[in-house]
Formats: sequence, C-alpha cells, structure tokens
Amino acid sequence: MAAAALTGLGLAGARDGLRAKRFSARELAQAHLAAMETGRALNAFITETPERALAAADRSDARIARGEARPLEGLPIAIKDLFCTKGVLTTAGSHILEGFAPPYESTVTANLWRDGAVMLGKTNLDEFAMGSSNMTSAYGAVANPWRRTGDNRPLVPGGSSGGSAAAVAARLALGATGTDTGGSIRQPAAFCGIVGLKPTYGRCSRFGIVAFASSLDQAGPLARSVRDCALLLRSMAGFDPRDSTSVERPVPDYEAALTGGIRGLKVGIPREYRVEGMAAEIEEIWGRGVAWLKAAGAEIREIALPHTRYALPTYYIIAPAEASSNLARYDGVRYGLRVPAESLEEMYERTRGAGFGKEVRRRILIGTYVLSAGYYDAYYLKAQRVRALIARDFAEAFREVDAVLAPTAPSAAFAQGEKMDDPVQMYLNDVFTVPTSLAGLPGISVPAGLSAEGLPLGLQVIGRPFDEETVLRAAGVLEAAAGFDHRPSFLASS
Amino acid sequence: MSLDKATVRSIAALARVHVPEEELEHLAGELSRILGWIEQLNEVATAGVEPMTSVVEMRLRMRADEVTDGGLQEEVLADAPERAGPFFAVPKVVE
Repeated sequence: MAAAALTGLGLAGARDGLRAKRFSARELAQAHLAAMETGRALNAFITETPERALAAADRSDARIARGEARPLEGLPIAIKDLFCTKGVLTTAGSHILEGFAPPYESTVTANLWRDGAVMLGKTNLDEFAMGSSNMTSAYGAVANPWRRTGDNRPLVPGGSSGGSAAAVAARLALGATGTDTGGSIRQPAAFCGIVGLKPTYGRCSRFGIVAFASSLDQAGPLARSVRDCALLLRSMAGFDPRDSTSVERPVPDYEAALTGGIRGLKVGIPREYRVEGMAAEIEEIWGRGVAWLKAAGAEIREIALPHTRYALPTYYIIAPAEASSNLARYDGVRYGLRVPAESLEEMYERTRGAGFGKEVRRRILIGTYVLSAGYYDAYYLKAQRVRALIARDFAEAFREVDAVLAPTAPSAAFAQGEKMDDPVQMYLNDVFTVPTSLAGLPGISVPAGLSAEGLPLGLQVIGRPFDEETVLRAAGVLEAAAGFDHRPSFLASS
Repeated sequence: MSLDKATVRSIAALARVHVPEEELEHLAGELSRILGWIEQLNEVATAGVEPMTSVVEMRLRMRADEVTDGGLQEEVLADAPERAGPFFAVPKVVE
C-alpha cells in the first residue's frame, strides 16, 4: 500500500488493515515518520521519537503475527507534550522545564501503550496549556495546515493542543492526545477540521499530566473521526488510584455507542449562546446542526443557561489561581532551568522570570493577586460560587434534555499574530467551551462545514456527566450528516 | 480595580517572578484590564451559594497503608542538576 494511502487511513481503518495483514505496523509507522519530515514546517512536534516508534511497531508486528493484537496494536499516535513520558523530554511548551526527562509515565499514556499504541513524538502546545492559539509556546508557533482561500498567511491551529490538532489534520498522526482546561481540545479540533473530545472531569486520570488548573484539567483524544475518538477514549479512560479525583466506574465500549440512532433524543439549544456580534456563518452552521439532528429524529428544545456570560470571568479567576499554586513548584532547585544568583530569593525570581513566558507570567500574577490576603473572598470565593451556579444551570437543563448543541468557537481560525495585543480578546475564543469545563461535563467538537473563507467550523455536543456515549452517538449523527470531506491546504505527502 | 506599578511589583515578589522594571507599567495596564473585566461577577447574586471546590460528587478514598513503590533512587536523581552520592546537591535552601 502506498505511504500516502496509509497516512490517509483513520485509526479504525488502520487497525482493520493491520489485522487483515494488508500492511505491517512498521510500514504504517514509517509512512507517518516520513510524513512528519515533510510536515516539519508546521512545527507541530517539539520532539520526534522515530527510533522508539519503529521499535514499538516491530513489537506490534510480532504480536499481530502471534494473533495477540491489543485494541490499538501498532497504531501511530502523537502525544501532547504535557503528558510525562518516561525518559523522553517533556517540556509543557516552557523553557522552565528545559532538559526535563520524567522518571515516570503518565497514566493516560501508559494506558495507550498497554493497548499497543505507538508513539511518534511529543506535540507542541501553548506554554503550560495556557492559550488558544499555540502562540505562547516557548518552542514557537504552530501553523494550521488550513489556509484561507486566496490568502497564504499562516493561521493558528487553536490551542492549547494546537500541535496535536495540526498533526492529526495534516495526516502526520492517526490520532493524538490533548488536554482541555477551558477548551484546549475542542477549539483546536474545530480550527483544524477534526474531532476532539473532552471527557467528563474524572474520566481520565490526571496522574503524570503537567498540572495547569487541577479542578478543570482533563485529558481527551483528537482524531479525524468520531469513531477514532471513541477508540482512543476507551484506552485512555479508567480509574487510577494515583489520581484522587479519578472516578471509579467501568469504561464502556464507546465504539459500540455509535449506533447512529438518536430518535427521540432531546437536544437543548441554549439561547444565551446567541452572543452579541456572533458571526452570521457560525449561527448558520449551528442552524444546520439543529436541522441534521431533527432530521435524524431528535427533539429540539430551547433551554436556558442563564449564567453563561459569567463563565469566562469565573474561569479567569479559578484557572489562574490554581495555576499560580501549581506552578509554584518550578523553582530551579531540583530539575529544569536554573538561573544562578547571589541569594536564594533572587535565584527563584530570576529562574521563574526567565523560564516563564509572558502569558504564563500574566496568569501567575493574576492568580497570586486573587488569592492574596484581602482579595481571596472577593475574587476566588466569589468565582467558586458563580461556578456552582453555572454547574447548576446545566444540571437543571439536563432534567429537560439529554444533550446540548452549540458552536465550538465564535470564529474560524485566525492569523498568527492576530488578537495578541489584548489578552481579553484572546480569552473570548473560549466563550462556548469554558462553561462546559467549569461544570466538568463531556463535550465534543465535530467539523460541520466551511466558512466563507474556506476554513473549518465546528459544532459542539455537550452531555451529562459520564454520558460520553450519548455525546459520541449524537456527534456521529452530525458527522454523517455533515459529510465533511474537505482537505486542508497542507497535507503531508510521504 | 486598577493596579499601579508598586502593586504589580509586590505581587511579582509574592509570586517569586522577576519582572524587569521597564515592563511594570505595561503589565499593570494589562492586569488592570483583565481584573476590570472580571469584576462583572459582582453583578451575580451569590448569597447562600456554596463555593464549588469540585465538580465530581465524591468522597476522598481511604487506601491501605502500604508501600506501593520505591527503590527508584537512580530514576529520581536522573534529572538532578548535581548530585552527591545518593542525594540531590542544590544551593542552600534552608538558612
């Protein structure tokens, strides 16, 4: 089979091809490693791990030959560089972790290797996952493989899982891991025309994922189809005694949930998501999504999520507050960057001043301020109370409906350098994804169509806690109806 | 809430992040804008609402008090900037 045909397969297709011995795991890995070489201009990877990939592929071939193939046997995937991988450089997109090779493996990646997946490399991201454009990475911006029609300026892939989304969209990897704190899986998936799923908080272990905002961080898959996301999630998810917020409940066969049947499913349309100044084409694609679900037999209802407009300011207290605590550990003493100085105090300050980029520094300072004596109640406690109201809005809505349909992002991908002058403008990217994160709910983004400029637009399905199955099933219906088969301007040719 | 240079300087000191003097002014402006935007939360009536600390309704588990790993000295020390035998060698952090 030609290499380009191999990188064009989905995870499920490649799995079936490997089982049927139409090609080997080594050929599949080689095709992707070659694609990664031709796609280097995208800067999607911080670290490539070709030797490791080939060695793992050979082990997979041996297993397949013995008839002992595991669920993801021989499937090459990319790992966001926020997951600790034993002995492999893990940077979180930050200078402060320079040279850090973790002595342990994150649970999510360990689960993927247990099931036979093959690591191609570690993908670029916004520094410490703080960003919506991948522009804050200390390892440089990532280019979206998509370009506007008739305009060659590089666009952002979204963020923070921008390298993962770009790699999957450009066919450098069959799938990838991401993490989502306020939209970091769903928004880049929408910008790059692929599928991205943020599971329920507690579904995937956070052990070994570099912490950003611990009450919000959740790992999830990015892939080119809903089925492929289902496949990855089944391996990634599961109880882990090493994460105290990991939830002990069985992992369903998510692929089996993709029955295509949503007759009678009640789908809510939140009226507060019709935000002022929303682009007409976003509203239009949302309307198309409603029509597709209706045609498949779903009942559509308007619902109210009254505290929606307070979600972003709530998030920008809680996330920086947690980040400022989590990032206190980077002190230059035992690992990572150290800037020597006369006094200990100065060593800390110089190390952290040099090691953190501007956005991370901004958030640490905001977090320190809202947690400081005299402001804690006014900011942090207030935000936690509003968060409770936002979660309550969803809980009440889910008494009436089984799922919610909304746009993923308020716009298509923007150009590199745009929205950089005003942090608040950048934060508004996550207006439709942050409420779900604050409520800890599962959400998926599915590519639904193209903007007038020829860029992908995503639709989001949100579900009840631990009801990823309904989310995937509804997403599968949208995917089939949308028939999104557009190709990005850049596709790796290997 | 508008932050002045002196406040930003003291937050930066609390956070142990060095900010060059010439960046303080600009940063004060940015942080003030973000905080001003955040202040719309004051419109929300939250009397009697319990602050949400976790979205998952769960109790922390108890576990058996037993050793589950260990003996990883070499791995743990692999990232040490310097070592002295089986120890991290670091600048003096306790006076």
